[in-house]
Amino acid sequence: MRLLAFDTSTEYLSLALWLDGRVLVRDLHAGQTHSQRILPLVRELLDEASLQLKQLDGIAFGAGPGSFTGLRIACGVAQGLAFGAGLPVVGVSTLLALAQATTADRVIACLDARMGEVYHAACVRDGTGWHEVLAPGLYAPEALPAVPGSDWVGAGSGWDSYADALQGAYATQLSEVLPGRYPSAQAIAELAAPQFAAGQGLPAAQAAPLYIRNKVALKTSERLQGGLPK
Amino acid sequence: MLVLGIESSCDETGIALYDTEQGLLAHALHSQVEMHADYGGVVPELASRDHIRRVLPLTQHVLTQAGRTLQDIEGIAYTQGPGLSGALLVGTSVAASLSFALGVPALGVHHLEGHLLAPLLEQNPPAFPFVALLVSGGHSQLMRVSAIGDYELLGDTLDDAAGEAFDKTAKLLGLGYPGGPAVAKIAAKGVPGRFKLPRPLLHSGDLNFSFSGLKTAVLTLVNEQLRSARAQLDPENVSSGQGGIVEPMTLDEQTKADIAYEFQEAVTELLSQKCMDALRKTGLSRLIVSGGVGANTRLRERLNQVTSKRGCSVNYPRLEFCTDNGAMIAFAGAMRLKALKAEAAHLSGTFTVRPRWDLAELQTP
Repeated sequence: MRLLAFDTSTEYLSLALWLDGRVLVRDLHAGQTHSQRILPLVRELLDEASLQLKQLDGIAFGAGPGSFTGLRIACGVAQGLAFGAGLPVVGVSTLLALAQATTADRVIACLDARMGEVYHAACVRDGTGWHEVLAPGLYAPEALPAVPGSDWVGAGSGWDSYADALQGAYATQLSEVLPGRYPSAQAIAELAAPQFAAGQGLPAAQAAPLYIRNKVALKTSERLQGGLPK
Repeated sequence: MLVLGIESSCDETGIALYDTEQGLLAHALHSQVEMHADYGGVVPELASRDHIRRVLPLTQHVLTQAGRTLQDIEGIAYTQGPGLSGALLVGTSVAASLSFALGVPALGVHHLEGHLLAPLLEQNPPAFPFVALLVSGGHSQLMRVSAIGDYELLGDTLDDAAGEAFDKTAKLLGLGYPGGPAVAKIAAKGVPGRFKLPRPLLHSGDLNFSFSGLKTAVLTLVNEQLRSARAQLDPENVSSGQGGIVEPMTLDEQTKADIAYEFQEAVTELLSQKCMDALRKTGLSRLIVSGGVGANTRLRERLNQVTSKRGCSVNYPRLEFCTDNGAMIAFAGAMRLKALKAEAAHLSGTFTVRPRWDLAELQTP
């Protein structure tokens, strides 16, 4: 199976061309230049593998959560490439991608969501793959949900931005915190491959970002009542 | 050359297919007006979230409507700016990636160039050069258009745009959003001559506009009318402003209609006078009008009158192309892509948006 995967949900830009388990990758700190760099890097990867886009079996992208604009760049590029080349798409959770890139089997993945909040999920790996013990959610670092048991590994920018709050919250339940992790396209490809194999790829138009933070503005009536309900 | 046009600069997703031989083949639009109405204005993040759900289904729709396939597309034009950056980025990323996948050029189009050229989508389009009046919620400009990409700004608003004045007046009168159609509708029942509003800069000698003073005059007039309506109900309590009857809080329908009528007269007189001044100063005899306010019936009536009196012509886009749409982007893009050498067009895959972009920076292809 041949897949193109990419993620633009953070300030990093990550791309992977997955060729039956062999992987070509590009990982760089892109700041806010994802839109200028992503397609030329796709071209570079395809050229390196001497492949045409049409010869791939699918396109996987980091669906979110993450920077809203970043999620839409990945989703828009996935839509355009998949629609043009007639390929199926799979959107992968960026939190699950963080977990996949570790060697651990119990991971609390956490991304800085700005505005004093984090995106958070807890997942466990067994023989069949990952299972979400806690589905992706949006929390204040001081009000994180409890997780069962111990031996958890922490990964993602949330652990870097709110180290004290997160380590305090899970204290003895943690075995390790991995610093400086961001969602990688290789992990996204690894997670997407079985979904494509199972025929779960979607038509391009159905590729959608996973925002998690869905309340982004107040309706006039809500403003008059005085602010966001907590 | 078959060009796909993608517009996503604000609160409307517009997609169209334009063929340089056969003209406009199909177009489709999704408006977010209702979605934003609950919020009292466009919420940029919600606009972006909606665009990304709409671009591909609408693209599939226009292809089906035109009886074409993706493989027939020879170029893609997208609105690169100005507009909301997140919203622009949706159309831009899909356009650039689709062009990459199809191996056809993609070209970023200036949103206002799209509006400027929209009247050329109609039968018997005017020849260059002409004067263009661009009037919308964001713009009130007069331009000399000598060729595609050769635009000289003749006059601009010093404060509010004409469409903004319509929206604010509608709000003051308690009418709906968007204000243009709401004001025009009630103005049709207005009695001429009951009120008189100022015509700022009417005889300023230049081609600039100012609408904020007019808006303030409407506010003052509305307050005066409210006060006198209350005074009639309860003369005792008006001067003190205390206790007693505070109704009516709104004006009666006829007073609203009469104010709307006079407001519309003031705006259309200002716009048509400056258009005629622009034609005289440039020595041109052709005028085109574009943008949302260009859909106003009273404005069209007046412009038809004054231009024909002076032996000038005036052209408008069809009503649905006065507001944002994909057809104008497909058309402007097609004109530019046709003029460019194919290899000079954009194939690098790099894409960016230009939320602020001056029309005068454009060059002929």
